[in-house]
Amino acid sequence: MNLEDTIAAISTPLGEGGIGIVRISGRDSIKIAAKIFKSPTHKDITKQKSHTIHYGKVIDPENNKVIDEVLLMMMRAPRTYTREDIVEINCHGGIVPLKKVLETVLKNGARLAEPGEFTKRAFLNGRIDLSQAEAVIDLIRSKTEVGLDIGLNQLQGSLSGEIKELDRELLEVIASIEASIDFPEHDIEHITVEKVREKVERVLDKINELLETADTGKILKEGLKTIIVGKPNVGKSSLLNALLREQRAIVTDVPGTTRDIIEEYINIKGIPLKIIDTAGIRETEDMVEKIGVERTKELFRQADLLLIVLDASDRFTEEDELLTKLVNDKKAIVLINKTDLPQRLDEDVVRKTFSNKKIIKISVKENIGLDRLKEEIAEMFFKGKIESRDLTIITNLRHKEALRNAKESLEKAMETIELGMPLDCIAIDVTGARNRLGEITGDTVSEDVLDQIFTQFCIGK
Amino acid sequence: MVYHAGCYDVAVIGAGHAGCEAALASARMGLKTVAFTINMDNIAMMPCNPAVGGPAKGHLVREVDALGGQIGINTDKTFIQMRMLNTGKGPAVHALRAQCDKKHYQKEMKLTLEIQENLDVKQAEVVEILVEGEKVAGVVTKTGAVFMCRAVVVTTGVYLKGRIIIGEVNYSGGPNGMFPANELSKSLIDLGFKLGRFKTGTPARVDRRSIDFSKMKEQPGNIKIIPFSFTSEHIEREQVSCWLTYTTEETHKIIQDNLHRSPLYTGNIEGIGPRYCPSIETKVVRFKDKPSHQVFIEPEGRDTNEMYVQGLSTSLPEDVQIKMYRSVPGMERVEIMRPGYAIEYDYVIPTQLKANLETKSIKGLFMAGQINGTSGYEEAAAQGIIAGINAALYIKDQEPLILDRSQAYIGVLIDDLITKGTDEPYRMLTSRAEYRLLLRQDNADLRLTEIGYKLGLISPERYKKFEKKRKMIEEEIRRLMEIKITPSKENQEILKKLGTSPLKTPVALFELLKRPELEYENLEELDPERLLLPEDVVEQVKIQIKYHGYIKRQMEQAKQYKKMEKKKIPENINYDEIRGLRNEAREKLKEIRPTSIGQASRISGVNPADISILIIYLEQIKRKNKEREENGE
Ligand SMILES: Nc1nc2c(ncn2[C@@H]2O[C@H](COP(=O)(O)OP(=O)(O)OP(=O)(O)O)[C@@H](O)[C@H]2O)c(=O)[nH]1
Ligand SMILES: [Mg+2]
Repeated sequence: MNLEDTIAAISTPLGEGGIGIVRISGRDSIKIAAKIFKSPTHKDITKQKSHTIHYGKVIDPENNKVIDEVLLMMMRAPRTYTREDIVEINCHGGIVPLKKVLETVLKNGARLAEPGEFTKRAFLNGRIDLSQAEAVIDLIRSKTEVGLDIGLNQLQGSLSGEIKELDRELLEVIASIEASIDFPEHDIEHITVEKVREKVERVLDKINELLETADTGKILKEGLKTIIVGKPNVGKSSLLNALLREQRAIVTDVPGTTRDIIEEYINIKGIPLKIIDTAGIRETEDMVEKIGVERTKELFRQADLLLIVLDASDRFTEEDELLTKLVNDKKAIVLINKTDLPQRLDEDVVRKTFSNKKIIKISVKENIGLDRLKEEIAEMFFKGKIESRDLTIITNLRHKEALRNAKESLEKAMETIELGMPLDCIAIDVTGARNRLGEITGDTVSEDVLDQIFTQFCIGK
Repeated sequence: MVYHAGCYDVAVIGAGHAGCEAALASARMGLKTVAFTINMDNIAMMPCNPAVGGPAKGHLVREVDALGGQIGINTDKTFIQMRMLNTGKGPAVHALRAQCDKKHYQKEMKLTLEIQENLDVKQAEVVEILVEGEKVAGVVTKTGAVFMCRAVVVTTGVYLKGRIIIGEVNYSGGPNGMFPANELSKSLIDLGFKLGRFKTGTPARVDRRSIDFSKMKEQPGNIKIIPFSFTSEHIEREQVSCWLTYTTEETHKIIQDNLHRSPLYTGNIEGIGPRYCPSIETKVVRFKDKPSHQVFIEPEGRDTNEMYVQGLSTSLPEDVQIKMYRSVPGMERVEIMRPGYAIEYDYVIPTQLKANLETKSIKGLFMAGQINGTSGYEEAAAQGIIAGINAALYIKDQEPLILDRSQAYIGVLIDDLITKGTDEPYRMLTSRAEYRLLLRQDNADLRLTEIGYKLGLISPERYKKFEKKRKMIEEEIRRLMEIKITPSKENQEILKKLGTSPLKTPVALFELLKRPELEYENLEELDPERLLLPEDVVEQVKIQIKYHGYIKRQMEQAKQYKKMEKKKIPENINYDEIRGLRNEAREKLKEIRPTSIGQASRISGVNPADISILIIYLEQIKRKNKEREENGE
């Protein structure tokens, strides 16, 4: 890691949007800006006050050519995001000039920032805590919009806040236990086991609630992993294309068209889906072979949802039946496709085979039943709607792990209470739980946290 | 007139509870030691109540004993009442508390010092510590004697610039009518030490004959006496009782009416007092709603009528003290023999010390006891033995003895002092120990005897006995793990009789014993091969099995802690070079100079973000050095 050099990057998503920002951070940022910025009144921006905005043009100092008309915002350390000098150049000319401005900045002494490097600096300079830094990393890696919201929420400290609240409650429990141990001869009000039980239970409930959000959080961040399966030629790729509203996968009437796994992101009623089209599953041996392949196995293991496609115009075959083996206890929807064609499929058999699964009749070709499918998915996962904005959702695996450990400790504490063991034994596991919670906020400095720091921020030289 | 009075290895200034342990440890480790006391008759004086032990404090006593110290033995010789507190709670917090015969305690300790080989005891007030270069060189007494020595342990308790306050009256003085040590304070300041000022207090002593005990509740000692020292065999002794009564609204009214005459409120006292044993006037002011407070009447000895009035510590004027005491049931006609008083004194801010209790700035200068801002005889003794040991190790040029927080309450005590400092007289509490299920008073010998033995403070005979005990415990536990109880009809019958659920599959006795409703003693029927073991062995076996799961989990926690302690911070680290540290953290780190990341994380004012930054900085240095090595530089 080198905190000495000055870094720059485009800090707004590249898109059609009107304005784009080039951000420069580091000890030379103002010097670099001065080289490439010309104001109409010829003011020297190195002499301007912190947190001021200046109108002017970015020029290429080599040939004095104007690149873009810009607003330049100058912020001096330490009251900045990275605690270093920061210059932000707001460009108006669209994507091409924006890239050109960045290039010019780089040519004049800055280095292109790695993903997340501004945040890394903010963290290393003590501007944000570990949980907040992780949130930013999540933001940067976030593939969906909802994921972005959660990340932002966490950056503002909502998770830390909730964890600290839980910690405070546990601290109360411990404090009262300690008091009755340290001052046995005093007539202070000694805490009862009932009170302890009550409080521990309450915290356990809250931890459980947070843990339940973990799965939601993962889906929102990474997308709901949805796999389309079915025997060859039932219309799997057609379904993918229809959901995407574009011709992504090749569709032919030749069975076995799709060879490789195709992944795409789509948005259904605000739920991000990572949708995966697979090669048709053919025969027994073939399938065994396919499933036997680690990659496919892993794929199915991680799936949040299976879309099982059957062909209405075909008999229910052994190959269809084999699909039941994949389903296990996974969430799945059975789709009977090609309902526009004369039906040869025995629906009773389907119903019997996939007894506890939702069955929807569709025709990709005629666009029948696809809306119902979308509704069903939304219902299945978020009871129809997503309200992520003011929700604290666990999105980070490390946080989830820590919460799970805290829960385990508190369950042990409950067990201790049930067994009628003395108060100070309860304190051990309550303290254990507090240490675990501290790992989330960074209050407990443990090995795991250190490892996390070193992996997340790839501390080089 | 200054004259040369002799040469020693170690000089101990003060012969209170810290000084006695320090001097004995140093002498027993073979070093020529001298101990100075302002008055020969005040060795090991107990100016507050003559009680030893209680939660956490009792643990300290046992630890000092396991290291080969004296406080436990001396208490066992001289107690007049012994009780085990907290028995309704877990084994980690069981706590012994003894009521000693005050004069007897002193006499015994004085004799112990007098007959100790390698140790001279002298009545003298040390007024100056001599330093050569950055090393200690000797001490000077008020009468002009210069003693040359290589290490000094300062254990002057509350004597440094002591000031006694009773109501509107105040005068320079030590506790219990002693002289204060005024000049040494100045010498310490001249040596560059920062001093703070604390206060503490004590209640009046009253005449036994003037108390009506029929209005009080009797608190007798335990019928079965458990001694403090691991060396004490079975003790049988006639015990005396303590008595419990309560303050009344009348008491509180008298205090309220006279608050304006209390030095606490007239501004006559500047020092900060302990929260844990406040004066009665502080209690009444702070807990306005509490209609009464406990008062314990405790005998000061067998052959005296002086009684200590625990709970009524005060520095109100004498006339108010009399009135207030007489408002307590059973004390209507009480006669005060010695009035209560508050004492203010200088202490050395303990963050100026290293973990071996040596000062950071002067080699060979050690400090222990109340001078480091603690309160209590036990806390003093604990520091005393460690300082004495480390002074000896320093002279022998050996590694210092540093106990960590997972090893002993002593470790917690010293780490707290040198890492966090203290803003009130520091009292040991079980809640300060993170790993207290490991730090039980019952297993102090298992934790520390070996260390004491290696230092030469535990005799080979004692060590042999200890080894035997340890082995018996291990063997019995192993045996209980191996014996399987089958779900046979007879066995199920026995279990039913014991009020526990029947077995489904065979289980080891060890597992069965974990059930809270079963005790080692009443499983004899299932375990006919059992040997008759000594009581202390059985106790260990019982605790180690019953709390096995908890002990294991706590050991896990302690392991995490130790990892952080092992992440060392180089001594020459330049905190000014680390970018991103907050200023407060940087200043604190520069002041305390922690030796490990673990210690750094316990400094108040250093937050987790600062620790992350520190860790990253150290990691960078490590990588840089490694790279250099690889490049063959
Ligand atoms: N009539 C009718 N034809 C459909 C429908 N859906 C797909 N098809 C046709 O069925 C054929 C196979 O479609 P694909 O989407 O390639 O099928 P697949 O399941 O991906 O096949 P493989 O990749 O070979 O396993 C194509 O000719 C599609 O046009 C439908 O709803 N109705
Ligand atoms: Mg296909």
